[in-house]
Amino acid sequence: MAEPKSITITVDGKSLSAPAGTLLIEACKAVGIEVPSFCYYPGLSLQAACRMCLVRIEKMPKLQTACTVQITDGMVVTSDSDEVRQARKSMIELLLGNHPLDCPVCDAGGECELQDMTFKYGAAESRYMEGKLHKEEQQWSPVVYFDRPRCILCYRCVRACGEGMDVWALGVQNRGSSSVIAPNQGDHLECEECGMCIDICPVGALTSGAYRYKTRPWEMKHVGTICTHCGDGCKTTLGMRRSDTGMDIVRGDNRDKSGINGDFLCIKGRYAFDYFDHKDRLRHPLIRRNGQLTQATWEEALEHVGKRLKEIRDTQGGQAIGVIGSNRTTNEENYLLQKFARTVLGTNNIDHHRTTDFAGFARAITGKQNATATMRDVATASSILLIGNDPTEQHPLLAWNIRSNVRLNRAKLFIVNSRPIKLRRQAAAFLQVPEGRESKFVAFLNGDDTAAGSLTSPAVSNDSLKQVRDQLRGAQDPIIIFGSELRGADIAALVKFGSGVRAMFICLGDYANSRGAADMGLYPDLFPGYVAADGPHNFNEEWGKVPQVKGMDIAGMMQAAKDRKLAALYVVGSNPVTDYSFDPAALQNAFVVVQELFLTETALLAEVVFPAASAYEKAGTFTNTCGDIQLLKKAGEISSVRSDFEIIVRVADRMGADTKKLVPFGKGVHADMGQSRGAQSGEADRHAVWLTANNLDPRLSPFDPMAILDEIQRLVPGYEFSRLNLIAGNDEHVTAAEHSNAGAGNGLVQIVPANDSLFTSGTLGRYSHTLNSVIENRRSTESKEVMAD
Amino acid sequence: MVISEKLDRFFDEKMKEYPTQRSFLVPMLLYTQDELGYLTNEAIAHIAKKVDLTELEVRNVISYYSMLRTKPLGKYHVQVCTNISCMLRGGEEVFEHCKQRLGIGHKQATPDGLFSLEEVECIGACSWAPAVQVNYDFHENLTPEKMDAVLDQYSRKAKQ
Ligand code: SF4
Ligand code: SF4
Ligand code: SF4
Ligand code: FES
Ligand code: FES
Repeated sequence: MAEPKSITITVDGKSLSAPAGTLLIEACKAVGIEVPSFCYYPGLSLQAACRMCLVRIEKMPKLQTACTVQITDGMVVTSDSDEVRQARKSMIELLLGNHPLDCPVCDAGGECELQDMTFKYGAAESRYMEGKLHKEEQQWSPVVYFDRPRCILCYRCVRACGEGMDVWALGVQNRGSSSVIAPNQGDHLECEECGMCIDICPVGALTSGAYRYKTRPWEMKHVGTICTHCGDGCKTTLGMRRSDTGMDIVRGDNRDKSGINGDFLCIKGRYAFDYFDHKDRLRHPLIRRNGQLTQATWEEALEHVGKRLKEIRDTQGGQAIGVIGSNRTTNEENYLLQKFARTVLGTNNIDHHRTTDFAGFARAITGKQNATATMRDVATASSILLIGNDPTEQHPLLAWNIRSNVRLNRAKLFIVNSRPIKLRRQAAAFLQVPEGRESKFVAFLNGDDTAAGSLTSPAVSNDSLKQVRDQLRGAQDPIIIFGSELRGADIAALVKFGSGVRAMFICLGDYANSRGAADMGLYPDLFPGYVAADGPHNFNEEWGKVPQVKGMDIAGMMQAAKDRKLAALYVVGSNPVTDYSFDPAALQNAFVVVQELFLTETALLAEVVFPAASAYEKAGTFTNTCGDIQLLKKAGEISSVRSDFEIIVRVADRMGADTKKLVPFGKGVHADMGQSRGAQSGEADRHAVWLTANNLDPRLSPFDPMAILDEIQRLVPGYEFSRLNLIAGNDEHVTAAEHSNAGAGNGLVQIVPANDSLFTSGTLGRYSHTLNSVIENRRSTESKEVMAD
Repeated sequence: MVISEKLDRFFDEKMKEYPTQRSFLVPMLLYTQDELGYLTNEAIAHIAKKVDLTELEVRNVISYYSMLRTKPLGKYHVQVCTNISCMLRGGEEVFEHCKQRLGIGHKQATPDGLFSLEEVECIGACSWAPAVQVNYDFHENLTPEKMDAVLDQYSRKAKQ
């Protein structure tokens, strides 16, 4: 595409240039001239409803809306004159004509665009004497509330829901000044409950069930961290307020649009932080006494676990111990856990709940350059092939980026799926193939025309298959995205095809840090960076002796437990009893230790349960499913729980391990770090802030995840990103998979997709009040309809 | 109540003339209203499907136009103009009179379902103001007395 011509215009006597086609309001913004607006929103269709952006353009009759006028050569604009100021004032006077002015109790008070505009441009007095039209606030869904009188009819919500979400759940009814925003089900909403409409509302007309009437915006501290749910890695800004037991998370939003998610957050990133203070949250260590899990002190629990694990290791050897790691603990914790397993417990029996075949993906792309796409790339690629998965449900940000790219850049989307997933509405071609035949399509892409036979149906002809293949063969730098439907050799075959067209790939895994779990070596046969355990590697140089033989995977551990060969099982943030139907009876004789937030089915079988901090309560990094790594900042605080990191280090310490070797901190500098924890912390991870602020690169505490990040960056190829950029809150792309050296593998992998929907999220989702109330609400709405029949 | 098969077939035929199918939405709504008396939930769902819009979008359009309605009105819908020409020539008195005589107000229907009343804007009959439109028929140069005669005429018609 040719670069658009640059055009020069004059605004308020200043000359400025912008590409042809630029909207006047954007051209002004680019040089710091603010043209006020309500209805205009970048990326959404133009509305010109509010008339707040009126400016004078020479040679044009009347004032013009800067949000709809494209600049033309020699245009002369006045954005600040008595006439323009008067126009703005009048617009605000009109808007306030029926506005309730209940700012003192309005959720938006203090961060309301109407307040700000009135303050800056508005009329202090009104000439309206008429009574105001009142309407009680309405609850439209567990998430969305509507306060009609506050609405200024900017239609942002309608467009965000329709154009952005492709849900079209909000409409405008009636006409003119009696227009009202209406939900799709008459008096309530049935939608994806993303809260986009609430966040985009410039005033307090749309409010959320989670936050309304809870606090004032200025009473909160705001911490930008990463969502703990799906594998997409949205940045969510948490509003924090002090509580009796630490810091409460009051709300989540995406006010800080600097994340890879831009404007977007789904229901989970915005509201499902609420598992964090669920009443069932574990707040004390538990030890089994006389068959009952009973409350214990940290001291007792750590001592007990350290002693037993040491005994078992020393008498039966490390192979009698199994470790299962987590998809939602940080990279540093995952790395630390496998290092603990390999160097302290002396075993390679470590695995995690594998929701997709990241190891197979690493094998397929090893040695390739630019083989993985970032989440941001998805929003700009010219064509996208999506095989399997249902991003609308399982990767909402990915779905948003795909939709936005199709809508704003006319990207071509090709979908191959066994179900009619919602994204087909954006697809240039949608091929519905029989379940389990996704790999046949890959074979077909690679030129195997006989594979077409098993793919065709009345809806999918041979020709349509060929057409899609031809278009993909001619595509420019496409992105190929695939779900857990493709594994092992099928991924290799897909990569073979993709390499021919310089494609970049995204392998979709479930949960916030499943990619990090894989990258950090929570595998019985792979060290961090997908390095074969039985092959050459340099980890023993730093770590000392490590077991050279492959360990057992989860299935192997389960069998060993049955055969009474597994004396201990150490589980961190995982629920294998449910996820893998791990036979509870098999664990009867094993010493089971669980680090968890809740008493899961697995925790119920444990000898000792440690109450762990959630990812909203600690610092560290997450790597999303694309390989974008981002910083977690500590937001919430529950004073009686500890991070998985700290628990592992303390257990290692009780086992007599040298914690300095486990976590390379200190290096000769000593200081008292007592000020880093405690109930008064919380506006961020004070520990991290303090260290960074004081430029203390030598890590001073054995609980400092950054000390492990140092080691990760040193030892895991592909993790050499800019630390500064990470700390500044930006995303960095890591390429451990491209730099892998995983060996052949045995081709047998047990993949158990999470199959979460928009409203579920594994263990965390089960304890989210918001998610549960949406599910509950849907059930009861359904039954209402049945009653009416 | 959904529309008759005949009307549905007519829609299918006519729709072919529209490059963008949703452009046919308003005519479809009008035809449907003429057939059913008002736009029923079933009819709205049916039409939404036909033009691939959500029911909400169809309702947005219906609520925009005051001539489209989702509630049944009287068999004879009396639309009294009170816009400027008619107002100057006694339209408001005619409207008041109708209210009294029928015992109903703006956008209401008599209990027997025979009449409904609506105060409307200019119906393009200013030269013969004040004017009233009953369903698709016009009645002009009205006074309260003449209005009585008009209403009597419809009452009789209903009994036939
Ligand atoms: S919550 Fe999301 S899906 Fe629901 S109405 Fe608002 S924008 Fe639409
Ligand atoms: S509810 Fe909010 S976003 Fe929607 S039209 Fe009203 S003011 Fe705008
Ligand atoms: S898309 Fe994923 S990462 Fe983003 S808010 Fe939703 S669950 Fe969280
Ligand atoms: S911002 Fe231009 S009309 Fe609303
Ligand atoms: S004003 Fe009544 S018909 Fe025109």
